[in-house]
Amino acid sequence: MSDLSVSMSAAGGLPQAPVLPEAPPKVTVRNLNFYYGEHHALKNINLTLGANRVTAFIGPSGCGKSTLLRIFNRMYDLYPGQRVTGQLMLDQTNILDPKLDLNLLRARVGMVFQKPTPFPMTIYENIAFGIRLYEKISKSEMDGRVEKALRGGALWNEVKDKLNASGLSLSGGQQQRLCIARTVAVRPEVILFDEPCSALDPISTAKVEELIQELSESYTIAIVTHNMQQAARVSDKTAFMYLGELIEFDDTSKIFTSPTDRRTQDYITGRFG
Amino acid sequence: MAVQSDIVDDAGPYDRAKALSAFKLGDVTFYWITRLSAISVLLILGGIILSLIVGAFPAMKEYGFAFLWTQRWAPSADPPVLGALGPMYGTLVTSFIAMLIAIPVGLGIAIFLTELCPQWLRRPIGMAIELLAGIPSIIYGMWGFFVLGPFLANSFQPFMIKIFDGIPVLGAIFAGPPSYLSLFNAGLILAIMVLPFITSISVDVFKTVPPVLKEAAYGVGCTTWEVVRSVVIPYTRVGVIGGVMLALGRALGETMAVTFIIGNSFRISSSIFAPGTTISAAIASEFAESDGLHQSGLILLGLLLFVLTFFVLAAARLMLMRLEKKAGN
Repeated sequence: MSDLSVSMSAAGGLPQAPVLPEAPPKVTVRNLNFYYGEHHALKNINLTLGANRVTAFIGPSGCGKSTLLRIFNRMYDLYPGQRVTGQLMLDQTNILDPKLDLNLLRARVGMVFQKPTPFPMTIYENIAFGIRLYEKISKSEMDGRVEKALRGGALWNEVKDKLNASGLSLSGGQQQRLCIARTVAVRPEVILFDEPCSALDPISTAKVEELIQELSESYTIAIVTHNMQQAARVSDKTAFMYLGELIEFDDTSKIFTSPTDRRTQDYITGRFG
Repeated sequence: MAVQSDIVDDAGPYDRAKALSAFKLGDVTFYWITRLSAISVLLILGGIILSLIVGAFPAMKEYGFAFLWTQRWAPSADPPVLGALGPMYGTLVTSFIAMLIAIPVGLGIAIFLTELCPQWLRRPIGMAIELLAGIPSIIYGMWGFFVLGPFLANSFQPFMIKIFDGIPVLGAIFAGPPSYLSLFNAGLILAIMVLPFITSISVDVFKTVPPVLKEAAYGVGCTTWEVVRSVVIPYTRVGVIGGVMLALGRALGETMAVTFIIGNSFRISSSIFAPGTTISAAIASEFAESDGLHQSGLILLGLLLFVLTFFVLAAARLMLMRLEKKAGN
């Protein structure tokens, strides 16, 4: 805690999130390049995601934020013609290793999508489904895990009486929190959020943001967002990307108050994007 | 400028009410055309049922409900003895065998085509499936008679009979002797015939699953099989079952191919390698030289097929509703 107060004063009492001490790296990206067929979508990306930190990715549409996120769990592998070069490590695991067990990787690196994606089954099953893939546990244990996950997703109080209702019967914001709970239930190490609030109303957005802050105590989080206030509110570090390049990567308070690069400044002040 | 404004003035304000009434006339005409089209379906269906009932009435009066559980079919006896048990049994058994084979294979093809197939192989397989649907049923019948029947009788049937010999229930189902003409052969041909229905409809509905939903399932660490079983099929359940129903309807009523290869025997045997008959095969093979009570009996068989199909489809609907309730919708 003393570290925290020191860095707060170092940041000069800015209204943004306090600057936390450097965290040990969880995900390390070195000289990463990505191609959609001939199109060079990501150019020489270098950055690290600190353990138990929230890293935000901002930048205009098409700058490669979501593409980068989809490399972290090899989601791009589902589609032909996409390839990647460079180095990407999750702790000591090489994510880009072609022999890597993708199912295991995706259990370690969870993802929450732009639109809520509840599976076509009951609320209970939506959570239990992911757990059951890896663990054989009894019914009562499963009940406990489901409850814990739904509490983790800040959804338990709203759905505890209708766990057998379809996941699709929930409102958009609830569905998104269900998806977060489902991701948490598998006990990942890293959670990727791909514009998680772009389809939600302001109140649901606030709930999800609060949730992201809570989750960062136990998970390493990467979030892509178009909403700069959101990036400022929830993240510790911010990466600004433009046309496939990483322009600036620094503490969030620094990016939003005194960015080094001209383009970052233009973007956050709304001059383009 | 002056000339232009003159022209506008000459035309005067256009008459909106008149234009609207023309629209209205069009609307009313359109409404009645569509309505009559819809009603004509009811009229045609009602007419068919009515004429079936009228035609079947003499046989209904003569045999009553005993028609349903009499196995003997002797139209040339005096008086003729007619019973529908054999054809009804054959219809249900051949359709059941057809579904047992066609559902897993059809779904398997659809899953392969949408989830696993390399791009270059997709079109050839898709086109082959469509061509399969285009083959006339008489050709399936001939092929079944001259090629498939002898092949099965010489290889598959003796093999199964030998394996299950002496095992209680299964031994009776796969009992000898092997035959060119049998319920099983008919079921297999039916399976091939209905396969395109199941596959093409399943492919279409599988394509409607949002990619992001599949990504979400992959995202919690599912394998392709788990994604298909837990997300793709539940999401498309209604469409897939619709395709299966269409296939089942076709299998229950298919006539020409089945008439060729089923053997037209009214005797019920526990073995699926024994010859049998179906309702439509019985009608097709006897209708031309029937008269009087015999003809009425055949029409009654037709009415039964109608009712049977209706009940099977209704049962499938009910099953679908149960499924949806279970899924919590």
